[in-house]
Amino acid sequence: MRQSLNDGQLVLIQLLKDMGAEVERILQGCMQTLISLDRKQADFWIAEDQKINDFERQVDDECVRLIATQQPVAKDLRKIISAMKISTDLERMGDLAIDIAKIVRRIEGPLLKKLVDIPIMAEKSLGMMKQGLEAYASEDMELAHDLAVQDDQVDHLYKRVVKDLLVIMTERPEVLDQGMYLSFVGRYLERFADHATNIGENVIYIATAGRQDLNK
Amino acid sequence: MGQTLSVKQLEAWYGSNKTLKGINMEIAANHVTAIIGPSGCGKSTFVRCINRMHETMPGTKVKGEIILDGESIYDQDPVVLRKMVGMVFQKPNPFPSMSIYENVVAGVRLNGTRNKQNLQVIAEKSLRMAALWDEVKDRLNYSGMSLSGGQQQRLCIARALAVEPSVLLMDEPASALDPIATTHIEELVRQLKEDYTILIVTHNMQQAARIADSTAFFLNGELVEHGPTSDIFTNPNDKRTEDYITGRFG
Repeated sequence: MRQSLNDGQLVLIQLLKDMGAEVERILQGCMQTLISLDRKQADFWIAEDQKINDFERQVDDECVRLIATQQPVAKDLRKIISAMKISTDLERMGDLAIDIAKIVRRIEGPLLKKLVDIPIMAEKSLGMMKQGLEAYASEDMELAHDLAVQDDQVDHLYKRVVKDLLVIMTERPEVLDQGMYLSFVGRYLERFADHATNIGENVIYIATAGRQDLNK
Repeated sequence: MGQTLSVKQLEAWYGSNKTLKGINMEIAANHVTAIIGPSGCGKSTFVRCINRMHETMPGTKVKGEIILDGESIYDQDPVVLRKMVGMVFQKPNPFPSMSIYENVVAGVRLNGTRNKQNLQVIAEKSLRMAALWDEVKDRLNYSGMSLSGGQQQRLCIARALAVEPSVLLMDEPASALDPIATTHIEELVRQLKEDYTILIVTHNMQQAARIADSTAFFLNGELVEHGPTSDIFTNPNDKRTEDYITGRFG
């Protein structure tokens, strides 16, 4: 029954997974660039943003096509509306990854310290994004709810990053600029994780038609 | 003004085949209530019970109560009842030998109104309410059959309105019409609910979603769910309703 609508929903799941894989590739690349401070690489990743934008358009087009041709209602409609919102979140996550590459272009001199918590934040945030997309594909409420717990962990890491950087900046005013930039990176990753919780909120909306804030 | 209908434990049979199995339903006045459900679920039987048409067929039986404005419809003369409960059918059915004007006033004449001036006033008022007046005012003496399908259906609505009912039953009134005529009928239904209680049977989910204030889902002679249309089409309570409206039924 309704094979073409079901097929369209599978296309959306695949597109979002592919888009998520692209965001993952770009964030990992940008993080690598931050660690190596390779400005040439930074330019490369900034240009890669276009691929994520293309994915967002593809998801939107498929959603519009399904709404126009299939007239979905109830859960079918919620799935499609959520796919559009998730693609917007993924696009923003891509932008935040690119913002890290842009920071690399501004940092002068070597890193003020070996990065520890920031790479952990990146890894955790990426894990949240993948988990959110898995929750969307399998409509798994438990996976969605668990994102709130992980978001708290990322928030905690962010606070620690800012605190550590503050101590360094107080002791070494000459690295004030870089300290600020690295705090921005922490902020970007914290926001990245917030967008992952939005994906979870959409999964809850699909399953229950109700709204729940996973980012308190 | 429209009137409230209260249906209690309504059962209906065609011979030994029980098509309604104890329907309980409150139908609000001045609301559009859509009845949806797969073929054979009892939705047409349900509306035909409300103006006591069902019992006119041989071998049929009805049990239960339908209260219209505080009074059981079974305590009333069916002819009087049908003045209060008008009906529009799937296929436009103007009286073929009558003019547009005669079609509209046919019911009023049957009820005893003979004054020509009164009849003219009623005809114009009814045709205006059915959003047909401007299209036919210069050819009221033409045959009703000379009109297009959509116009014929609005003529039938005008004919139903002429006797000033309080409830209007519509059994798939737009299913034989093209999209433009359908839009006309839907717009008309939205306007008419100011003055009438409207019950519309439709197979068109989007039509129910567009025009109905509340929607009832029937299945196998039972009322599965009845609630605000926005709830039924966004988050129905019953899985069977969801399966039906999303087209995954069966």
